[in-house]
Amino acid sequence: MDLIVPLLRGARVTIEIAALASLVAIAVGLVVGLARLAPWRAVRALAVCYVELFRGTSLLVQLFWWFFVLPHFGIFLAPETVGIFGIGMNIGAYGAEVVRGAIRAVPRAQHEAAIALNMPPALRMRRIILPQAFRAMLPPWGNLLIELLKGTSLVSLITLHDLTFVAAQLNVATFRTLEIFSLVLVLYYLLARGVITPAVRWLERRASRGWVRSEV
Amino acid sequence: MLFDWAFAFEILPVMAKAALVTLQATIVGYALALAIGLAMALARRSRRRWIALPVGETVEFIRSTPLLVQIYFLYFVGPQFGLALSAWQAGLAALGLHYGTYVSEVYRAGLDGVPRGQWEAAAALNLSRYRTYRDIILPQAIPPIVPGLGNYLIGIFKETPLLSVIAIIELLARAKLIGSETFRYVEPITLTGAFFLVMSLAAAALVRLAERRLRIR
Amino acid sequence: MVKFDAVVKRYGGLVVLDGLDLEVAAGERVAIIGPSGSGKTTVLRVLMTLEPIDGGIIHVDGEPLTHMARNGRLVPADERHLRRLRGRIGMVFQHFNLFPHMTALENCMEAPLHVLGLSRAEARERAAGLLEMVGLGDKRDAYPGALSGGQQQRVAIARALAMRPKVMLFDEVTSALDPELVGEVLQVIRRLGEEHGLTMLMVTHQIAFAREFAHRVCFFDAGRIAEQGPPDRILVEPEHPRTRQFLSAVLESH
Ligand SMILES: Nc1ncnc2c1ncn2[C@@H]1O[C@H](COP(=O)(O)OP(=O)(O)OP(=O)(O)O)[C@@H](O)[C@H]1O
Ligand SMILES: [Mg+2]
Repeated sequence: MDLIVPLLRGARVTIEIAALASLVAIAVGLVVGLARLAPWRAVRALAVCYVELFRGTSLLVQLFWWFFVLPHFGIFLAPETVGIFGIGMNIGAYGAEVVRGAIRAVPRAQHEAAIALNMPPALRMRRIILPQAFRAMLPPWGNLLIELLKGTSLVSLITLHDLTFVAAQLNVATFRTLEIFSLVLVLYYLLARGVITPAVRWLERRASRGWVRSEV
Repeated sequence: MLFDWAFAFEILPVMAKAALVTLQATIVGYALALAIGLAMALARRSRRRWIALPVGETVEFIRSTPLLVQIYFLYFVGPQFGLALSAWQAGLAALGLHYGTYVSEVYRAGLDGVPRGQWEAAAALNLSRYRTYRDIILPQAIPPIVPGLGNYLIGIFKETPLLSVIAIIELLARAKLIGSETFRYVEPITLTGAFFLVMSLAAAALVRLAERRLRIR
Repeated sequence: MVKFDAVVKRYGGLVVLDGLDLEVAAGERVAIIGPSGSGKTTVLRVLMTLEPIDGGIIHVDGEPLTHMARNGRLVPADERHLRRLRGRIGMVFQHFNLFPHMTALENCMEAPLHVLGLSRAEARERAAGLLEMVGLGDKRDAYPGALSGGQQQRVAIARALAMRPKVMLFDEVTSALDPELVGEVLQVIRRLGEEHGLTMLMVTHQIAFAREFAHRVCFFDAGRIAEQGPPDRILVEPEHPRTRQFLSAVLESH
């Protein structure tokens, strides 16, 4: 019982960071994913660089870079900010690939039907392509958000008092190692499979309301 | 000047040594993941439900929880049961287990890709289950999933910095040590990032090459 | 209404339209027949501006479609020009291509609402009226996945009509349908011609329908019109040996 209270306090930090970082990741994923399909070469190249840079270096290295290196350039970010944006921008790079893949998977015929109705490109994307891509990208986003949740454990290494940090601290103080880490693992598992997965499933059901997959 | 090239060159030899540690951890961790993943995939396909179900649940559990906590768990819980694992043992075991769950999914896709007829043909020849897997199924299941497996080599590589939390001095830990000694973080951490970027891009290019090879066959 | 002038279309080295000339008068109904790969679909696709052309020019309603005048010279059309002229043309596809995430009514409202800028009430009224006309008044809230092929194709016709095009293009609109559903779609098309006098270009393998409904039949072969004329002549006593061969093959299979 005496373990539960501090752990739950840590879990709250974990949840906050995860929720805000998810928003960043989704926004970044959408923007960069769309940029990868932009009609302008320079924009596409920039988006590719972003994706390769953020997927190619490790998340922890990125967090340390924001946290330890940026101050040398005169930029001091709060650890919360580093956690939220560092994780969000990292997962966002993977999200961009999901977004791109889902958009490209919408059949060409849908684009053509929209052109035949004289829809301009932005309208086609917004009203015809994205809603269909949205449904296809939900399951991979569900997996990414679980990766994101797991990634939040790294903020314990940049001084944030999240679930993992509290666990490590309690472990040193009480030596009830097995209890503490088992509890922590179960808490993470519940957040992943008890919150994220059902939420994404629910969205999936809502997004496919009315669709009967008989076409194509 | 913000990035001091002279300093960067000065720390290069030490960093290179630490990079070797990173590569070592990657290779051993990956070998473990390949073995553990295969065992998991086969266990999940077992006809004995009391094996398949618990293994399946465990795989889900390991995959849904942070590697960092798993590293702590193996490192700190072991001694309580008289099973003191060294930092290396605990760290590599955690890497292997965690990535084994991902790799097992890749194997699963490969195994599912082998046509049913192959099983039936093996059964018709009265081959044992072990023989069937070893001589008939796995040789067909594995080549198509080589690129998928390769992606997780890159994945493990990028997770090795987590080993620094149990005092394994891999590249990032070394970078941080240099930083705290000299109060210069820019060069060591940027060099670390550059190393990861170059290695990942090279590995990703290899994976793409493997994919193209496969498609041609 | 529509005029193709020496239109050339290539895919890589393959010449699909080989200097095509074709003129369609207002209110005229032209059936396009011909062997597979002869360029029938391509004619409709370049007219719908889904594909650029490599030579020649297409006029619609007296204005160049594929080109525009700039400094007294004709240059390839830009997106703005295309958007202005594309509204005169509507197209129905072989595989319907309805938007699967929208109901029948929403499919028909989408473009009037966001392209023509109608109010929601106007768009709804127009869409509902058209669905009524194609005999699907009771299916307006159904999603495409819940409709039969024939019903989907009728929604697709209504969707195209909602833009009030002057020319309608039909690309083998019944060939993806089960035989018993072909009739309901052809009947809708027949009404469009007879009651509304729409200009139509239709690619079809329905020889009997073409014969009674079209004003003119064009037989395509290798990217050109090999023979054209009134259906009673082309479909009954063709002169060109390729036409004869094609017709006997088609009639045999029925
Ligand atoms: N996007 C494309 N890229 C390359 N070649 C194409 C493309 N679209 C069509 N073609 C080729 O152009 C030729 C004419 O195609 P088209 O679709 O116009 O034929 P069609 O007369 O409609 O045939 P069908 O009766 O089979 O529908 C064919 O040889 C086809 O393979
Ligand atoms: Mg065709």
